[in-house]
Amino acid sequence: MANGNALLDARDVTIRFGGLTAVSHFNLGIQPHELVGLIGPNGAGKTTVFNMLTGVYKPTEGQIFVGGVSTHDFKPYQITALGMARTFQNIRLFKELSVLDNVKIGGHIHYKYSAAAAVLKTNRFHEAEEAAEHDAIELLKIFGLENRAGYYAKNLPYGDQRRLEIARALSAQPKLLLLDEPAAGLNDRETRDLLQTIRDIHKRFDIAILVIEHNMELVMELCERIVVLNFGKTIAQGTPGQVRENPVVIEAYLGEPAEAAGI
Amino acid sequence: MTKSLPWWLRDLLWLALFVAVLVGLAYGLDAIPIVGMAYYNRILVLMGINITLAVSLNIINGHAGQFSLGHAGFMAVGAYFSAYLTFYHFAPRLDKMPAGTEQWLMQNVFLVIAVLCGGLLAALAGYLVGLPSLRLRGDYLAIVTLGFGEIIRVFILNIDKIGAARGFSGIPHWGNFFWVFLVCGLAIVISWRLVQSSVGRAFLAVREDQVAAEAMGIDTTRYKVKAFVIGSFLAGVAGGLYAHYTMYLNPQTFMFVKSFEVVAMVVLGGLGSISGSVVAAVILTFLPEGLRSVKDYMPGGRDPRMVIYSIMLIVLMLTRPQGLFGRRELWQVFGRKKKRDQSEAPPVQ
Ligand SMILES: Nc1ncnc2c1ncn2[C@@H]1O[C@H](COP(=O)(O)OP(=O)(O)OP(=O)(O)O)[C@@H](O)[C@H]1O
Ligand SMILES: [Mg+2]
Repeated sequence: MANGNALLDARDVTIRFGGLTAVSHFNLGIQPHELVGLIGPNGAGKTTVFNMLTGVYKPTEGQIFVGGVSTHDFKPYQITALGMARTFQNIRLFKELSVLDNVKIGGHIHYKYSAAAAVLKTNRFHEAEEAAEHDAIELLKIFGLENRAGYYAKNLPYGDQRRLEIARALSAQPKLLLLDEPAAGLNDRETRDLLQTIRDIHKRFDIAILVIEHNMELVMELCERIVVLNFGKTIAQGTPGQVRENPVVIEAYLGEPAEAAGI
Repeated sequence: MTKSLPWWLRDLLWLALFVAVLVGLAYGLDAIPIVGMAYYNRILVLMGINITLAVSLNIINGHAGQFSLGHAGFMAVGAYFSAYLTFYHFAPRLDKMPAGTEQWLMQNVFLVIAVLCGGLLAALAGYLVGLPSLRLRGDYLAIVTLGFGEIIRVFILNIDKIGAARGFSGIPHWGNFFWVFLVCGLAIVISWRLVQSSVGRAFLAVREDQVAAEAMGIDTTRYKVKAFVIGSFLAGVAGGLYAHYTMYLNPQTFMFVKSFEVVAMVVLGGLGSISGSVVAAVILTFLPEGLRSVKDYMPGGRDPRMVIYSIMLIVLMLTRPQGLFGRRELWQVFGRKKKRDQSEAPPVQ
């Protein structure tokens, strides 16, 4: 069985696309409230790990447990209901919908009701809609987006789109939040703001966070534990200090310009 | 007032008001002493049916983003099944009753039952088509639904009991202005309330980005099927009323051309815009009628209606590819400036 009260337990997970082994024998356990970083050079397989955890891809081998439940036969939407939500590396907002609706849709599993209740506007409908509206606005306030609740998501500046995606994922009230390069494309100031926001939500909602990030400084500052992937293999694991010193990690990153790697 | 009343009472009162207005309108229309009033009445009724069809297809195509070309098929299922029930089961029973109020009442009860059954069978068809084909995307789904519509038609062509290629005649004239516009109004309200709800938001999420929708806990297949079931139910009901108004059904009526007509209404109005579907359905119902007189000026009395109709559609699609209202509603398009100001202001609550 799965490991005690772990939110997430990935065991020996491997995925192959044709001849390419994108991720091999990946292991990761995440306990409640942990802040874990997943790093690695381009094409290392980080996003693929997220896609397996969230059920977008099925692992070729190995097992994944979310909240102690094997997700092998689960569809992505069922895994979300187990208490896991994510953002995407290439922002995938509902562009033609309002900022507010994006967040409300994020909370779908908590505020849904039948089509009949919707058409008849029953008490259940009113209760659910009021809760959805209230919670969505509260979330938008945390991200400073409440004044733009009526905007089309596509009309937000890039940095705010990234923040909205996090708000939308939080709206699902996950126990584990997966962030795929949340700081990609942000300038320094925006990155600092984001770092602070992630810390805030981590505390406020008492959730665990797994974050993929290229910005090494951000990962080192934010995470308690870091997993390093290279060519689909886990080459190191440990505290930011341990990972920074690890010769294998340094070598893996030497393939990239040292500045970009930030080491 | 509406806040303090229980939801069912509030809705019932609105329904009663709507019914009263419709009854008044129906009598009023009958009383207008113009020659050819029957003709205008007929166009109005067909307009009501077209609006219902467009609004229901808009749920599938516009809201859930599943491009269906099978709407005529769903309409046919509802039309034929309700006509079958009436012709073989209800009408004979009604004939045995003595004429009078009671008979009149039973006629309408039978009509409602027949039309609802037609809608339900159409919904079942929508479910059956929806389930396997919703794994398909875009063009493939369009082709499968197109095929489905044709299969239904060929199926009907081979059932002698409902007239086969001869057509199904002798359906009693139970449908009228009142019923058609009652259903039309309900279809609009249903569609509007859905899109303002978690169900509608799930439809829109599926349309916008399926991967993200799944990641947000939305069972995308389920909602696609839901959209198909609701849309085809309403199309079936519209078909049932059509059958009981025209009193004659012909498989030719439900050719894929009919599906295209409804798609044209939805696209012209703007995919996803309910008021757009309504306005476009009105325009596309009246346009061919309005162009009728053009024939009188043509040499040899040729009928150029289809040509003009097509040219107008093409020009419109070239100049406004997003449709009349895009994805917005009528009042949002005309009140756009105001809307933008509002979105700058902090939201209420
Ligand atoms: N659906 C797929 N089919 C085939 N190959 C894939 C697929 N998804 C990912 N890959 C391959 O798997 C490898 C890992 O890709 P992945 O996107 O996980 O990398 P990453 O670590 O997220 O990189 P980046 O930092 O650039 O985002 C790449 O070689 C990629 O081409
Ligand atoms: Mg990636």
